[in-house]
Amino acid sequence: MDFILILASGIATGTVLLYATVGEIFAERSGILNLGVEGMMLIGAMSAYKAAAATNNAWIGLLVAMLAAGLVSQVHAFITITLQADQVISGLALNFLATGISLVLGEGLTSLRDVVPQLPKYSIPGLSQIPWLGGIFFDNHSIMVYIGYLFIPLAWYFINRTRPGLHLRSVGEYPAAADTLGIRVYFTRYLYVFVGGLLAGLAGATISLSISPGWFGGLTTAGQGWIAVGLVIFAQWNPFRAAFGGFTFGALRRLVLDLQGPVTIFGLSNPFHYNIHYGFFLKMIPYLFTIVFLVIGSREANRKRIGTPAALGLPYIRGQRGL
Amino acid sequence: MADISVKESAPKWQFPFKIKIENRIENPPRWLSPVLSLAAVIIALLIGAVVIKIAGGDPWAAYVHIAKFSLGSVGVLSDTLVKAIPLMLVGLACSIAFRMKLWNIGAEGQFFLGAFGASMVVLLPVLPMEAPKWQFILVTAGFGMLFGALWGFIPGFLKARYNVNEIISTLMMNYIAIEWNNYFIYGVWSEGGFQMSRMFQRNAWFPRLTDLAKRWPFFGGLTTHFGLVLAIVAAIILWWVLSKSRWGYEIRLIGDNPRAAEYAGISIKKNIVLVMIVSGALAGLAGASEIMGVVHRLQGAISPGYGYTGIIIAWLAKLNPLAVILASILFGALILAGREVQPSGIPTLIQGLIMVFLIASDFFYRNRVRITRKVED
Repeated sequence: MDFILILASGIATGTVLLYATVGEIFAERSGILNLGVEGMMLIGAMSAYKAAAATNNAWIGLLVAMLAAGLVSQVHAFITITLQADQVISGLALNFLATGISLVLGEGLTSLRDVVPQLPKYSIPGLSQIPWLGGIFFDNHSIMVYIGYLFIPLAWYFINRTRPGLHLRSVGEYPAAADTLGIRVYFTRYLYVFVGGLLAGLAGATISLSISPGWFGGLTTAGQGWIAVGLVIFAQWNPFRAAFGGFTFGALRRLVLDLQGPVTIFGLSNPFHYNIHYGFFLKMIPYLFTIVFLVIGSREANRKRIGTPAALGLPYIRGQRGL
Repeated sequence: MADISVKESAPKWQFPFKIKIENRIENPPRWLSPVLSLAAVIIALLIGAVVIKIAGGDPWAAYVHIAKFSLGSVGVLSDTLVKAIPLMLVGLACSIAFRMKLWNIGAEGQFFLGAFGASMVVLLPVLPMEAPKWQFILVTAGFGMLFGALWGFIPGFLKARYNVNEIISTLMMNYIAIEWNNYFIYGVWSEGGFQMSRMFQRNAWFPRLTDLAKRWPFFGGLTTHFGLVLAIVAAIILWWVLSKSRWGYEIRLIGDNPRAAEYAGISIKKNIVLVMIVSGALAGLAGASEIMGVVHRLQGAISPGYGYTGIIIAWLAKLNPLAVILASILFGALILAGREVQPSGIPTLIQGLIMVFLIASDFFYRNRVRITRKVED
């Protein structure tokens, strides 16, 4: 087992979770819980793959994926913001709808393997020579990984230090007050649900065009969208913690795959090597850890009194009492 | 002269009606809810037709096919009911949880654990091989409910104790349940290295209609099994609990107004755990009945997403346990006959569309749309 290799591919897989989680953070900061991340990622993965196959250009695929997922997210926005329906149930509905759309449109894409272009990979000259860290963070990674590095601080800065970011937070905390100050509550919410969709689409495209190329129906995302929704809670709506959570999870997923290889672990004979069926317990680990992360996140939030955005999940109706 | 001036000042053509949306203050009429649900299903089917057309298929033929091969004869109707049985039970599981606004998305995992529990009775074995049928029915159903309840209890406890979001935890439990079953399917109970257990002996199976064919030949070949009785009984009991019992009142009150419930001295935490246990037990019973009534062995692909479809069914039935029975038959038909419709994602898409339009239609339940003639100022 090469730990540098595991951590490096952990970063790569974690990048997918990073985009999806930060996208959901944007939506939730504006007060809209969107449980449709998994479905939107599927839409992204499918349309990226389809468009890249059609145009022979991975970048066009990426763009199409973002727009497609963004478009689908507006179904949820319309139902929850304009029609004021329950956000949980609408998010679930979005999942069904998006999964159905991507299965229908993705018909026959699986056979296109090896024909579809992928996003490029780079090593950063200089930085990749740093012992340990270079191999983990800067060596032969997809370009989406590097964009991810830049994206984390930018997202944090945007949310916490800019005027539009302040508007975003105020709409999620106290929309009535934001409204009296002339901030367009409905528009802001539509916008950030759209942003969440764009980023979920980006995450999906990152899977199908780069991290594990291909289209495998529902298995393409394998529940990562749901893990992302869980990570938002662990991340306490902070992009840096989202990145930490995403990369940790990525490494974990990879470690689980690699643990079956070696004959011995720390000098003891490796039970996962000799009984391959124990591998099924290894596969549970990412999902178990999501639950553990949730417990940690909820306890910490309780202790520090960091709450969810106060208006999360509540429709805003102008002129009505309440938040 | 006057004519010209009139022409000049004539107002531009305006939309002659005024559309006004206002909150419903009075109770909506009783017919409105089913009509809206029906409209949502019809619109979803229409859009599904457009999609099939775009994908190069013949929508009319596809729908006729679905209707014919799900409800067209006694034989296929029986198969539709077989598909509807697990849907009824998971639909009930979702209904009771959703009534308390407890989002149990984990019916799928609880279904798998129920299947595991029932298989355990035969394979471990808990009962001897030659035990009478009634014992198998009782014990397999019981074990299915027990394991499903356990799978529901875990997220319920985590929610009550640590305030862990149940949507995510129940969903994660689904993935864990599948791997758990796989361990036994591929490893412990694998028959000769195949990814399935041995076939259960016949006296362990749930009785089926075709078993009665000796006395009434009419039933020959009909696979509808005892699970249907269990599902309908469960629906009636749940209907009674939710609408007539004190506990049902507590559940509904927590769902509608948790703060009021708390002031009334109702323990929310206790009810979270209890409702998750009952919800899990119902989904577990679905898994047990599917294994003992249809599959007759433990294997991998035992569910085409029953647990998730249960969510839509619960919503279509407006969380009414008796309406769940009807909604399940509709979806049983869609799943059964939709298998041959191309492209293969169409049934999933139609389910998603139904759900989206159902939720959107709730707007017209909560609000009334008034169209009045515009009055000149």
